[in-house]
Amino acid sequence: MDFSFTDEQSMLRDTVASYLADHYSFDQRRAALAKEPGWSPAIWKAFAEELGILGAPFSEELGGLGGGPIENMIVMEEMGKALVVEPYLGTVVIGGGFLKHSGYAGAEALIGQIIAGEAIFAFAYAEPQGRYNLADLKTTAKKDGGSYVLNGHKAVVIGAPYATHLIVTARTDGGQRDAQGISVFIVEKSAAGVSTRDYPTVDGFRASEVIFENVKVGADALVGPEGHGLPLIEKVVDEAIAATCAEACGVLAKLHTGTLEYTRQRKQFGQPISSFQVLQHRMVDMFIQVEQSVSMTYMATIKLADDKQRTKAAAAAKVQIGKACKFVGQNAIQLHGGMGMTDEMAIGHYFKRATMIEAAFGSTDHHLARYEFLSLGQAA
Amino acid sequence: MNLDFTPEENAFRQEVRAFIKDNYPKNLRAAQDSGATLTRDLYLAWHKVLAKKGWVAPSWPVEFGGTGWTPTQKYIWSEESAEAETLPPLPFGVAMLAPVIYTFGTEEQKKRFLPGIYNGEVWWCQGYSEPGAGSDLASLKTKAERITADDGKEYYIVNGQKTWTTLGQFADWGFFLVRTDPDAKPQAGISFLLIDMKSPGVTVRPIITLEGGHEVNDVFLDNVKVPVENRIFHENQGWTCAKALLAHERSGIAGVARSKRNLEKLRQIATTEHSDAGGTLLSDAFFRRKVAELEIDLTALEFTELRTLAGEASGKGPGAESSILKIKGTEIQQRLQELVLEAVGHYGAPFLRDLGHNAQIGPGYAVDAAGDMFNGRKTSIFGGSNEIQRNIIAKMVLGL
Repeated sequence: MDFSFTDEQSMLRDTVASYLADHYSFDQRRAALAKEPGWSPAIWKAFAEELGILGAPFSEELGGLGGGPIENMIVMEEMGKALVVEPYLGTVVIGGGFLKHSGYAGAEALIGQIIAGEAIFAFAYAEPQGRYNLADLKTTAKKDGGSYVLNGHKAVVIGAPYATHLIVTARTDGGQRDAQGISVFIVEKSAAGVSTRDYPTVDGFRASEVIFENVKVGADALVGPEGHGLPLIEKVVDEAIAATCAEACGVLAKLHTGTLEYTRQRKQFGQPISSFQVLQHRMVDMFIQVEQSVSMTYMATIKLADDKQRTKAAAAAKVQIGKACKFVGQNAIQLHGGMGMTDEMAIGHYFKRATMIEAAFGSTDHHLARYEFLSLGQAA
Repeated sequence: MNLDFTPEENAFRQEVRAFIKDNYPKNLRAAQDSGATLTRDLYLAWHKVLAKKGWVAPSWPVEFGGTGWTPTQKYIWSEESAEAETLPPLPFGVAMLAPVIYTFGTEEQKKRFLPGIYNGEVWWCQGYSEPGAGSDLASLKTKAERITADDGKEYYIVNGQKTWTTLGQFADWGFFLVRTDPDAKPQAGISFLLIDMKSPGVTVRPIITLEGGHEVNDVFLDNVKVPVENRIFHENQGWTCAKALLAHERSGIAGVARSKRNLEKLRQIATTEHSDAGGTLLSDAFFRRKVAELEIDLTALEFTELRTLAGEASGKGPGAESSILKIKGTEIQQRLQELVLEAVGHYGAPFLRDLGHNAQIGPGYAVDAAGDMFNGRKTSIFGGSNEIQRNIIAKMVLGL
C-alpha cells in the first residue's frame, strides 16, 4: 500500500498548477468565457504543446506521458481549482478512454491527434428522457450495408460546441432500456445530418442539444463490439466519475479555503467573523467533507484498474463527493453572506460548478441506489 | 499510489491470523461470547499472551518493545485483530501513558514503569477529568503541594476528586493531572503525577452508567502522599504531556477495522430480521439506504485513516488531523449501534442485566443492542468531546 506520488506525478501537478496560476486567473477566465467561442483554443494549444498534458494518461509509444488514472486525477484536481472549462475530461479521459479500452482500429491515429490538441471529443450519451440511465436510449443506429445510419436526440452534450468528434451511444438492437443492443460510435461533428443547438451552461461551460438526422457513418465508426457496448460505456463512465471527483476535490478545496480567507477578513460586532465558534465548527465540518472526498477520490482512482471493484468504488466516491459538493458549496455561500450572492466573487462560480458536479454522471441518489445494489443485492 | 499487498505482507497476514487463532485464550472467548462481565484476569489474558510474543505495543519505539512494523503491517494487524474479535490490550497503559513516559520520562522512570505496562503486570487508570473540569480540562482543581517530609524526602500532598476513571476499580496505578501552581495561568500550573492506587487516602467509588454497567468511577484523593520522583517531566509542565497523550488517544479511536466487523454483523442481523413487507430487513428500501450510506462513510474514513498513517510513516506524528478520525470514527460507531438497535425491533427492550447469568430473551444479537447503543454515546464525549475536537481542528489545522 502506498499513498505517495512519484516525482513525475508531483512535477505534473506543479506544471499544471503554475501554468493555470499564470494564465487562468478568475478574471482571465471570466473574460474568455464572456466572448465567443466561450473557451480558449490558445489555452488548449498550450496544454498540448507547452505542457504536453493532453498525453498524460497515454502510453509513451503513442506519444503520451505513460501515465494513467492517477495522472488524470492530478490534472483534473488542478483544473477544478481553476474552474477550467477546456475539455480535458471529454477529450482525454472519455474520448481517450473509449479509444484505449475498445481495441478500436483507428485508436492510435486519433490518440495522436488528441495529444497534439487537434482532436477534441464530446460525449453524446444522455437523452432527454433517459435521466442517468446509460442504457435508456432512443437514438438508433441502423445497419445499412457496410454503414450505419444514426437518428436521435442527445441532451446537454458538454463541450459539443468546441468538439471535432462526438462519441455517440446508440441502439443497434433491443428495446429502449435493454442492456443489450447498445453500440458506441465515433462521429465527426461535421458529418452530414448532425445539427446542434449550442448554449452556455450555468457553470460556464458550453453545451449542445445534438440532433442526428439520418447521419450515415462507415463501419469504421463503430467503437467496441456491436450490440454489446454497455460494459465499455460503464467502464469509461466510471473513469469519468473518478476524474470528476478529482475535479470536485479542487473545487471543494477552493470553496473551503476561500471561506476561511473571507471569514478572517470580514468583521462584524467588532471582530473577524472567523472568531465565532458557530462558524468555526461549520468550517471544520466543511474541512472534514473535503478530506473525506479526497480520500474517496484516491480510493476510486486506484480501484479503476480492477473491473471487479471499480463500479462499487466509483459509486461510493460519487456519493461522498455529491454530498460534499452540496454541503461545502452551500455553506461557502452562507458564510460569505451577501457577498456570496454576487457574480463578482469567485466563490459563487465554484459553488455553481460544485452544484453541477453533484448531478454529473448521476446524482447522489442514483449512485447510492447503484451502490446498494452492488453491496447489498436486489431490493425487495 | 497503489493498494497492493506485497507477498511478504500477505505472508505476515497469514502469520498473524494463525497466531491469533492458535493462541487466543479460550476462557476469554467464552466470556466474550456469553456477554459475561469480564474479570480482571480475563481483561489481561490476551495482553499477557501478546507480551510473551512481543506484540503488545506495535507503535512503541523498538528499543522499548515496539515491533518495528510498517504502517501496512500495523494496518493488517488491526484488521486481523478486529476480524477475530480479540479484546485488545487496554489503552490506559499501552497507548496512553507509555508514549508520555518514553517521550518525557527520565531513564529511571522508563526502566521502572514501561516493563510493567508492557507485561500487563500493572493496571493503569487515568485521572484527568474532574467534576468541574471536563472539556475545560485545564481548569482542574486537584491540588498537589510539595513538602519535605520527616524522612527528609520530598513529596506532593494531593487533594481533590477525579471522575470518569474507566476501570479504575481494577487499577494498581493511575496517571493524574494535578495543580502544582495555583497562581499560574491554568495550563501553566499543572503537573503529571503517577500515583499508586493503594496509597492511603485514595478512594475509588463506582459510577453506574445508564445501561447499568460499572465501567467508570469517581476517585477521591485525600492527603495522598506521592514521592516527587513519580512526576513525569518538569513541574508545572504536565500540560505538555497531557496534550501529547490526547493526540495518541485520538489516533487509535477511528476504530475502522472494528467498525467494518460490526457493519458485517449488522448486515447479518438485517438478513435475519424481517421487514414489514416480509422480506429481509436488508431488502427494505429505507433500511438498506441507511446501511449503504454508513458503509460509504466508513470507506471514506478508512481511506482518510490510511492517508494519515501514510503521513505518519513519512515522519509526521499524529497531528491535529487525528481529530477528524475521532469525530468521524465515533459518529460511525454510534450510527452502527443505532442501526443494530433499530434492526432488532421489539427485542431491543428487554433489560436482562438483573436476570442472572446467560439470561436471553429474543435473539442473541438483540441482548446487548440497547446497552451498547446507550453505552456508546460516551464515545463522542470522552477523549475530548467531538465539539472540542472541532475547536482543535479550527485552531491547529485551519488557523482560526
